[in-house]
Amino acid sequence: MILEGKKRLWAEYQKEIPDDNYFYVRSCIRQNFFPASEPTFLRILRDELKKDIFETPFHTTCSGIGYHSDIVPMETTMTVVARQFALMTEAGYENYAASCITSFGLYSEIIETWKHFPEVLAKVRKHLKQATGREFEIPQSLVHASDIVFKLRNEIAAKAKFKLVNKHTGKPLKVVEHIGCHYSKMFPSKGVGGAEYPYVLVGMIEVWGGEVVDYPERRHCCGYGFRHYLVKANRGYSVANTKKKFDSMEPYKPDMIITNCPGCPYFLDRWQYVIAEMEGKTYGGDGQGIPALTYEEVAGLVLGYNPWDLGLQVHQIAVEPLLDKIGIGYDPEAKYKGPNGEDLGKPEMPMSIRCC
Amino acid sequence: MKKIAIIGAGVAGLEAGHVLARKGHNVILIEQKNTTGGNVRNWDRLFPNQREASEVYQPLIQQAVNDKLRILTDTVVMSAKYEKNTHRLTLSNGETLNVDAVLISSGFRVFDAHRKEEYGYGIYHDVITSADLEKIMAVNQKVRTTKGKEPKRVAFVHCVGSRDEKVGNTYCSKVCCVTAVKQAIEIKQLYPDAEVFCLYMDLRMYDRYFEDLYREAQEKYGVTFIRGRLSEVAESFDDRLQIKTEDTLRGKPLKFNVDMLVLMTGMEPTSLAELLATEFNIHRGDDGFFTPEDEHVNFNISRREGVFLAGTCKGPKNIAETIADARSAAETIINYLK
Repeated sequence: MILEGKKRLWAEYQKEIPDDNYFYVRSCIRQNFFPASEPTFLRILRDELKKDIFETPFHTTCSGIGYHSDIVPMETTMTVVARQFALMTEAGYENYAASCITSFGLYSEIIETWKHFPEVLAKVRKHLKQATGREFEIPQSLVHASDIVFKLRNEIAAKAKFKLVNKHTGKPLKVVEHIGCHYSKMFPSKGVGGAEYPYVLVGMIEVWGGEVVDYPERRHCCGYGFRHYLVKANRGYSVANTKKKFDSMEPYKPDMIITNCPGCPYFLDRWQYVIAEMEGKTYGGDGQGIPALTYEEVAGLVLGYNPWDLGLQVHQIAVEPLLDKIGIGYDPEAKYKGPNGEDLGKPEMPMSIRCC
Repeated sequence: MKKIAIIGAGVAGLEAGHVLARKGHNVILIEQKNTTGGNVRNWDRLFPNQREASEVYQPLIQQAVNDKLRILTDTVVMSAKYEKNTHRLTLSNGETLNVDAVLISSGFRVFDAHRKEEYGYGIYHDVITSADLEKIMAVNQKVRTTKGKEPKRVAFVHCVGSRDEKVGNTYCSKVCCVTAVKQAIEIKQLYPDAEVFCLYMDLRMYDRYFEDLYREAQEKYGVTFIRGRLSEVAESFDDRLQIKTEDTLRGKPLKFNVDMLVLMTGMEPTSLAELLATEFNIHRGDDGFFTPEDEHVNFNISRREGVFLAGTCKGPKNIAETIADARSAAETIINYLK
């Protein structure tokens, strides 16, 4: 790999990312999959970096999953999205920050559609007004939350308590980065680094001390792909896609995976258990899996947050070996305790993959 | 004696200059680059017979010397004005020329393969272009991977930057298919045990001997032709290139490793085309190439009085077509100046 070649390309795919005053919208599914990621993002921005970031309980789904599954028509989706923009307008913000990759892609697609078809925009404004009495402005800036962390990565590094370095060997951790398809594959210019060699997560890994693994199936789908999974009969295809990625990255012996999509960390995490059950195959060392983390979780680790406050206990793949490599302390007894110290109960351990 | 400025001293410009000089006209060649001869100077051997490219371009250059043509290299036309049957050209060297006719033969540039990001040119070692391969063979007469090894598996990718809406070039570059076949044969001649693949959309073997060459590549040299476009390239764990394509004849996706990937880059209008079109007020098509007044009959005449067109500035052509077009343009100018 020729790093200079990638740098030349990355230079062509820079995007404007505002450095403050964000209107933040959460993801439908991330709060269930990795429930502490979004609170961690808000904690980092508000408490560590003193940024103004606003969210409203009146925000709803963007209907992206329904749209991409051919259940919700585009006109309906556009009107739902217009309502989200109205909430932003009413709150006095112009910088729209989406937690979900599919939402980000959908917002990008809709704004681009409105540019080319102003009559559609006029129709959506009319529908929204009729249905809710609301009006809206199109965001001055549309970013994904990972864009913001990318923008602030050096400030996070300046406050870091840990680096992505193996404390036993002193070498950078080998990190696989996986970008959600809807981040830049639809509109390469709207993603940091473009679609083929995205830089948004690479930039974080570099600054936080890790080493990026460029493996052959880096671009391949994580296995979610909506239809692969939503149609129950297709789930074998979903697992097959995930397995293809793990087979490809295995020779590089990655220490961890970092992702910026709701579905990707979930499938890269949970399907390792399924693959182990189906074929007895594991990809981490010593019968373990490879931890798949969100970028907020990784940022939280770097900043020295308690791993259990980051929700790492809800991962299928045990994170303790990774924490040990970095040198992050943790209380094993507190892993399955709730925020108020209540016992949440220890889950049953799988037989085919070691989870500490 | 009339004065004629020829913009571009490649194959078309040199040949037209020669014909015009023989008729006693005063010819000035204005070349953007520091050498004459055009793109063919970067080629080692030519299709369909592997003739050395220098056998074609050296005589063209020599005849310009023999004709004592004035040649301005590293020079471009910055502006052009037309008044009283005279074209007044301001050049980048500060000189001003008043000429009776202008021939634009600004040629083409090779498609920049960096734009096909998924193919990894400039990102992965041993992804090269057809133009790179010609340069390598011209210097070494042998081909090695970045690690200095003989390539055991080589794949040629057709239509890179041609017939591709994604990069904005919907046209066929015409010569890439036969160049790929020629280069595939050359690799087999160098390394008979190597496995060589051509990934194509459809093979446009349009001219005499081309089809024979294609058959020879299969029957004599064992080159494997796969009908399918390349989707992406990545570096494998052993530093080879993993490529993904589809064999559309068998309806099967394919993934395999190669030691070298050659991208058959097509033709594009030169960077000068936009400036020249503006200054001379002449038409360009959606593809950016110049459009003559009449594409069937008056194919060397632009819509601007006294401005003529020749060669690949009007679209992809091979060398023989370019030379024929240049001679036609010269004859058209001679008749115009009578």
